[in-house]
Amino acid sequence: MQRGFQLEAKTGEPLISFGLLEEALNLARANSLWPITFGLACCAIEMMAAGASRFDLDRFGAGVFRPSPRQSDLMIVAGTISKKMAPPIVRLWDQMPAPKWVIAMGNCAISGGPFYYPNQYAIVPGADLIIPVDVYVPGCPPRPEGLIEGILVLEEKITQRGRLRKFRDVK
Amino acid sequence: MNFMVQTLGTAGATMVVGLIGVMALVAVNALFLIWMERKVSAHMQLRPGPMEVGWHGAIQTIADAIKLMGKELITPEEVDRPIFWLAPIVIFLPVLLSFLVIPFSASWIIRDMNVGIVLILAFSTLAVLSILMAGWSSNNKYAVLGAIRSVAQNVAYEIPLLITVMSIILMVGSFKLTDIVAAQERLWFVLLQPVAFILYIICATAETNRAPFDIPEAESELVAGFHTEYSGMRFALFFLAEYTNMFICSAIAAVLFLGGWHGPILPGVVWFLIKVYFVIFLMMWFRWTFPRTRFDQLITFAWKILIPLAFANLLITALVLKLR
Repeated sequence: MQRGFQLEAKTGEPLISFGLLEEALNLARANSLWPITFGLACCAIEMMAAGASRFDLDRFGAGVFRPSPRQSDLMIVAGTISKKMAPPIVRLWDQMPAPKWVIAMGNCAISGGPFYYPNQYAIVPGADLIIPVDVYVPGCPPRPEGLIEGILVLEEKITQRGRLRKFRDVK
Repeated sequence: MNFMVQTLGTAGATMVVGLIGVMALVAVNALFLIWMERKVSAHMQLRPGPMEVGWHGAIQTIADAIKLMGKELITPEEVDRPIFWLAPIVIFLPVLLSFLVIPFSASWIIRDMNVGIVLILAFSTLAVLSILMAGWSSNNKYAVLGAIRSVAQNVAYEIPLLITVMSIILMVGSFKLTDIVAAQERLWFVLLQPVAFILYIICATAETNRAPFDIPEAESELVAGFHTEYSGMRFALFFLAEYTNMFICSAIAAVLFLGGWHGPILPGVVWFLIKVYFVIFLMMWFRWTFPRTRFDQLITFAWKILIPLAFANLLITALVLKLR
């Protein structure tokens, strides 16, 4: 993927690249990903655990769960998306200011998970059918370490460099 | 400096230098306080808090600020545009004006006015106006509810606050903040007026809209309260004003009760800042210890307990001063 404005990078090639300014902005964005307070099912419990004392998402600057979509940068789709819930998710996504990112957390948000079978009528099989997903975190539900790893991968995607590799290699 | 003194006069030059200093202080103070808040909350919950961005998360707030500057500014379709645009700017007016009379030390004061404390109390009430502007113009039910609660809360805490401050003024006999500090050279007023100090801290917590009285922006009921519709830098301005307001409330507490710049060995400014940040730490301690009160609980508490206590305190102060 090309360097440059991430929103454009999602849809196509960046028109103008501002070099150093863009890199500084991306570095700041990657280090303060404020998620929206928003959970759909049991994966949200693991998301809360990731934010709480033992795992502490705030270490990476991503622990400020904002209640309003207007002030958040990251949507963690944590759980099963029922057809009833899909329009509110799209609406919340539209209300968030650019630049913004999505993490699909858990098998349900990736592909419908155990609730997707022939003739089912209630589940949207995958968050990527309704909003553009950046990082997929598999698991049913994924452990908090999985979500933190997903956020670190998203940070690398935003800055285009392996900034946090030294923390990830710690055994 | 000489050029400025010649063109503006001494008072004007002090004003310009003071304004630049205050702007710098506001920015640095907010950056530090947000980091401190996150660290204090983290350690109270047995977790480390920001660790990866800078040494112990030292530049975390700078990253947040740059990110907020780069965010999209959303103006929703149905908002009242001029008021929506003006509210985050207006909230800075009372905050900046209050710095005019705060004595950082015996000589570090922009303008030593004889109405000092009254000026600060009068302007701090204006902050409610901009919250009302923000909530009303957003055209959002949660924002309006937050604004309404903020105004009602203002009525609840403002009266005991004024009466409490009145008992200190009665002891000193002057509205001037430097006079109030000078009167505490031997004995701090917190020892003579412990009840007034507790009442003031409670009212200051309510004035800065912080837990347990953060009813206007109660997350679990009102999304984000009056700034629900604000994004990017406009939201950051509300945040900045809130933390600066905390600094001012704590500075008044330091001036009225903790002896201002008085203290051994260290210079006056250092003592003043130590006292201010101690009171701020106290307020953060409250925030991460107490759950949020319900709205009617705050009103009942203010009208049935705080106001009678404040009046009793004022009456006893007056009696003791008269009979002494």
